Amino acid sequence: MIKKVKTEPNKNLRQFQQVLEIIERNNHDKARLIPILQQVQEAYRYLPPQVLTYVATALNMPVAEVYGVATFYAHFSLEAKGKYIIKVCDGTACHVKGSSKLLDTLYSKLKLNHEKHTTDDMMFTVEAVSCLGACGLAPVMVVNEKVFGEVNAKKCDEILKSYQDAETESAKVENQTANS
Amino acid sequence: MLKPSQQRSKTKPLTANPIDMETMTTINLSQVKQSYDKIASKISKRIVVCAGTGCIANGAMPVYHALEKAIDEAGMRQFVELELNEHDDKQVIQVTGSGCQGFCAQGPLVNILPDETMYVKVKPEDAAEIIEKTIRHDEVIERLLYINPTNGEKNKGQLDIPFYKRQNRLVLGECGHVDPENIREYIAHGGYFAAEKAFKRMTDVEICETLVESGLRGRGGGGFPTGRKWNLTRVEQSEKKYVICNGDEGDPGAFMDRSLMEGNPHRVLEGMMIAAKAIGADEAYVYVRLEYPLAVKRMRKAIEDAMEAGVLGHDVFGSGYDMFIHIMEGAGAFVCGEETALMASIEGKRGMPMPKPPFPAQKGLFGKPTVINNVETLAAVPLIIRHGATWFNQHGTASSKGTKTFALTGHVANTGLIEVPFGTTLREIVYNIGGGVTDEDGKVTGEGFKAVQIGGPSGGCLTEEDLDLPLDYDNLIAKGAMVGSGGLVVMNKQSCMVQIARFFMNFTQSESCGKCVPCREGTKQMLALLDQVIDGKATEETIALLEEVGHVVKKASLCGLGKTAPSPVLSTIEKFKQEYMQHVHDKRCATNNCKALRNITIDPEKCIGCTACARKCPVNAISGEKKQLHFIDAELCTKCGICYEVCKFDAVLGFN
Repeated sequence: MIKKVKTEPNKNLRQFQQVLEIIERNNHDKARLIPILQQVQEAYRYLPPQVLTYVATALNMPVAEVYGVATFYAHFSLEAKGKYIIKVCDGTACHVKGSSKLLDTLYSKLKLNHEKHTTDDMMFTVEAVSCLGACGLAPVMVVNEKVFGEVNAKKCDEILKSYQDAETESAKVENQTANS
Repeated sequence: MLKPSQQRSKTKPLTANPIDMETMTTINLSQVKQSYDKIASKISKRIVVCAGTGCIANGAMPVYHALEKAIDEAGMRQFVELELNEHDDKQVIQVTGSGCQGFCAQGPLVNILPDETMYVKVKPEDAAEIIEKTIRHDEVIERLLYINPTNGEKNKGQLDIPFYKRQNRLVLGECGHVDPENIREYIAHGGYFAAEKAFKRMTDVEICETLVESGLRGRGGGGFPTGRKWNLTRVEQSEKKYVICNGDEGDPGAFMDRSLMEGNPHRVLEGMMIAAKAIGADEAYVYVRLEYPLAVKRMRKAIEDAMEAGVLGHDVFGSGYDMFIHIMEGAGAFVCGEETALMASIEGKRGMPMPKPPFPAQKGLFGKPTVINNVETLAAVPLIIRHGATWFNQHGTASSKGTKTFALTGHVANTGLIEVPFGTTLREIVYNIGGGVTDEDGKVTGEGFKAVQIGGPSGGCLTEEDLDLPLDYDNLIAKGAMVGSGGLVVMNKQSCMVQIARFFMNFTQSESCGKCVPCREGTKQMLALLDQVIDGKATEETIALLEEVGHVVKKASLCGLGKTAPSPVLSTIEKFKQEYMQHVHDKRCATNNCKALRNITIDPEKCIGCTACARKCPVNAISGEKKQLHFIDAELCTKCGICYEVCKFDAVLGFN
């Protein structure tokens, strides 16, 4: 007997609408897999597994190949990241000027460690990245797109606090609007 | 959308396609230059604000906007290209952003032309004063000038500041003068004339011969003669060829390519066009690291502007040749700087290198003959075509012609981007241009130089005895180092060389793509051996084994990454054997950088017995009564440093 399953045909379609648009913008070109994944990551902030499968099917490629590319490059993340991504440069110049101390400070402030990179509230992700090319300002820290140079423990505190304060402030405003 | 030019072969005579003839406009460079020059002659002063990544991080944009506002408030007229015509008789002030001016440590930089007055560490609050005094009354504001740390003198501008005075900025020349986002300004500075010459008045053979004669060698690390590389690709028979500009500058501590792409993107494009003409390609890619968002943005804009102006596209300069350039953003893999890996990445695959031969000249991107050059190499090409090979090869040494840009960083007073002719000594770079070695507090002490790490993870160290060595490709190879892409990290006596070696090994190990065994496994083992040294668990055999594995990785790896990965380790073992042995025999790190080897004690003179450290110690290694001297039990101590942090009297010793 055939069981009647209630399906929502449009749901999946809607979910992947954005991915489909990206793939179409890139002409379904397999050679453009990396730009496609970059654009998908920009839209979703990471690469969810079902999206990778979808991309592979749409480009008529084995999923393993897409997965292989997604895991090869450091930029691609298969895990969701926080709202603010804090990148600590670990290039040579930053390293000799104390970037590992800076990283430790951030880890202890946000209760993170070398395995756990994102705070539980999905607010901050801390990662050590390869040289950002701003060596003249070592050590360098980047929050989303904003570059901070010559960051010591004190400056790091201030930067972190400014983002945390901005968040509490906006949460307050949201609460007020919700209440009123 | 990828290959628009495929629809039209470059060899097809123009008349065969009358529709294109009508829609195409051929750019007349001289006309553009003349009309821009006429308008520019109305500019009485140019205020050039450095807008490189470094200065922007230091707050250059608020300064830029404050200057614009201050001009308006002072009732002066600002330069706006569209509003101005050549019959206008009023003088105007131009505020413009520029690419990296190189002196990153002193940013934000504001350079006032034609006076050549340079202000350093400018704040938005200074804007009104600059406009009132320097722009209106030609007065120099003393407090904003650069102070030479060695003699305390104030220097007025680039003509006086030793950092600039002792350089020879050919490739970086226009960086810091032209607005990187204005193609007309680039043309007015003589830009694209070399490309026009190459496309209209030179044959492919002539271009290659000029390049061979100039002696230009690849600036990305390998140092292969560019002219020969082009010739090898030129002679290949293929209906399709490619040019790739390698801007995947992954070396930690290097930012020459970033600065060029940000500061003068059109020069890079012009070099690519000349390369394409020389080998018979009509399509090119710029591969830029995604860690350089500003470089990506500026290159993208440069390509758009060049397409619009008719510099790129179909039938460039009316020569009958087509030229299209695309941007490819990297995705964060160091190995993609290797040419075969880079091409795999453009093709949408994992960026893994391939064995050579076949060389890219025979089978490159999408299996077609390809020339792949570094950003700096390509940026030098327009100069060679413009001024001639003999002009170029008068600079440099017998085997290394021209100039080289270096990213000068680490423990040196003037960090930044410099350009010197090959053959310049390290002493000149570190002490005269760099302003001397700094200590941990950033003060120049006149001593304390320990080593310079050159060439990043592929390079090696140079020590005090190499200070007078003329830097060029071959001298450096002989010393176990290499020019590499040009990262120059100065280290003072407080740097532990084992830690430096470990830093690079850790980098190459994590960036190894894993394709070939010697690199994948070898780097891992070398890292583990270095960790033993750092943790005080090593014996003399560890060092011998480290060297042995290093030589195997060097010989047996597939690509440049693996072949050069052991260099930092082998070079530091050779130059600083004693320091390694101190770690091994005495279990001591003289610079106190190796955590496990620290000897933590409490200074009996300073300890007042406040008990703060004993209360905070997570392993209860500190004992002592209130108001009595405290002691640390070395057996229990994990050297975590908490006691050092909580002590208000600086009584805990051993953490520097």
